[in-house]
Amino acid sequence: MKSFWSITMATLAKDIRLEWRSKDALNAMLFFSLLVVVIFVFSFDPLAEESRHIVGGLVWVAFLFAAVVALNQTWARELRNQVLDAYRVSPAPATALFVAKVLGNFIFVSLLEALMTPLFVIFYNLRVLGPAWQLLPVALLGTWALVVNGTFFAAMSLRTRSRELMLPLLLFPISIPAVLGMVAATTSILTGDNPAHFYIVLLLTYDVVFTTACVGLFDTVLQAE
Amino acid sequence: MKKAFPILAVLTALFLAYAFYQAMFVAPTDALQGDVYRIIYYHVPSAWTAFLLFFLNFMASVQYLASPKPSTARAVKWTVIAVGVIGAIVPFVPQVQQWLLTIGMYPSSAATTALMFPACYFLVGKLFRGPSVDVLAVTTAEVGVVFCTIVLITGPIWARPVWGIWWAPGDIRLTSTLVLWLIYVSYLVLRRFSDSAQTQKLAAVLAVFGALDVPLVYFSIWFFRTQHPQPVIGGGGSMDPRMLHVLLINWMAFLCFAFLVCWSRFQLEKMRREVEEAEAMESLMEPGGSSAQISKAKVPLGRGSQ
Repeated sequence: MKSFWSITMATLAKDIRLEWRSKDALNAMLFFSLLVVVIFVFSFDPLAEESRHIVGGLVWVAFLFAAVVALNQTWARELRNQVLDAYRVSPAPATALFVAKVLGNFIFVSLLEALMTPLFVIFYNLRVLGPAWQLLPVALLGTWALVVNGTFFAAMSLRTRSRELMLPLLLFPISIPAVLGMVAATTSILTGDNPAHFYIVLLLTYDVVFTTACVGLFDTVLQAE
Repeated sequence: MKKAFPILAVLTALFLAYAFYQAMFVAPTDALQGDVYRIIYYHVPSAWTAFLLFFLNFMASVQYLASPKPSTARAVKWTVIAVGVIGAIVPFVPQVQQWLLTIGMYPSSAATTALMFPACYFLVGKLFRGPSVDVLAVTTAEVGVVFCTIVLITGPIWARPVWGIWWAPGDIRLTSTLVLWLIYVSYLVLRRFSDSAQTQKLAAVLAVFGALDVPLVYFSIWFFRTQHPQPVIGGGGSMDPRMLHVLLINWMAFLCFAFLVCWSRFQLEKMRREVEEAEAMESLMEPGGSSAQISKAKVPLGRGSQ
């Protein structure tokens, strides 16, 4: 039997190849978040000073909504031609599949963030007053927090009626502490008022707790039939 | 159930009436808030009842997930015991004791909370076996959401005259109660939207996620200012003993009421599942072809009793 990582990497490579050829999720996600940004620009027309206080929230809300678009695609793709059933009967560990999916989504959402962040900077005339390098760990940990639970709940909502609707309903309540951490950390870095360390530790804790829970319980969700 | 239920219902109604009398006429008026404060006798008991029900739901969900596999069941059992033992000892270590007192919590109440884990876990495991653990989970979640809704409605009604605001955004207790309510509403939505045999498992997984989420919510708002007073029991809050007495009477009455509602809901859900099973059996029994043979072989249709 192949090792855990080779299975993970094979699944990840397959997902990236599929995405590279179709660009379904990425295009939908990019255009969706662009729309969200534009609507936010029309809805709030702040001064540079005010925008520092609200942009943290706007950025993460836009990314959260856009991530849901990508997350819904994750497993729907495997339903065609009964690929998921094939996974279920194969001897490959379920967690390898899960980790591959999470890594794939992490790459897509990170790419989206890298492309959308400049737009926020332009539209809101942002200038960071705090230590800007701290935005990187916040972005990485925050994205992981969204993606790991999102992938898990997307697999869970496969088993329900109207699954596309179900994902945000399950994901958002559980994500509240993570979103709070991301928004508060981003705001405190942008304004430079207070250190963001507490929130980075909070995000790290959230990631560790929920990654463990997801990996531990994914088998149950995949095999629930 | 048929005999005991009406008797218990009458007793609970009398108890609730007595508690109401105590709350409205016997308890002394608050020196600062006046009569407005009397809503405490509905707000706080509902909150305690809701948290207790959600806790039971968590324990039932863990039981449900752990029970099919003996190895998992053993691991969970020892984890729960370890949580109880460590949680009962650690709060009395001097450093931890100091820290607990600074955040307004008595070590004894922290230890009691920790001991609740093994106590409830084994009680639930003892009393509810197989699929009925899941029935308990549905029941406690539904009734818990009702009590939590009462808390979230009475809270702003009380806050408006006393604090001058309906809602204190960023407050630690308000926010964590609201998130808890949201999580359990999503739990009920999941149950409603997925009507297959896997619902129970998925719902149990979601309950575990929710239980992991609550402490994180609590810590995430750590630095925010707190408007809500310290808890009445087990915290730094102080209360007139006469008021506390009435509060406890009210809580007992609420607990009786909650038990009564849970009991009837539990029986209802059980009956619904039995009817469903019987209907499925009947459709298999219908004359015609091979289906009649299958039904003779007693197809195990027990939902979720894997």
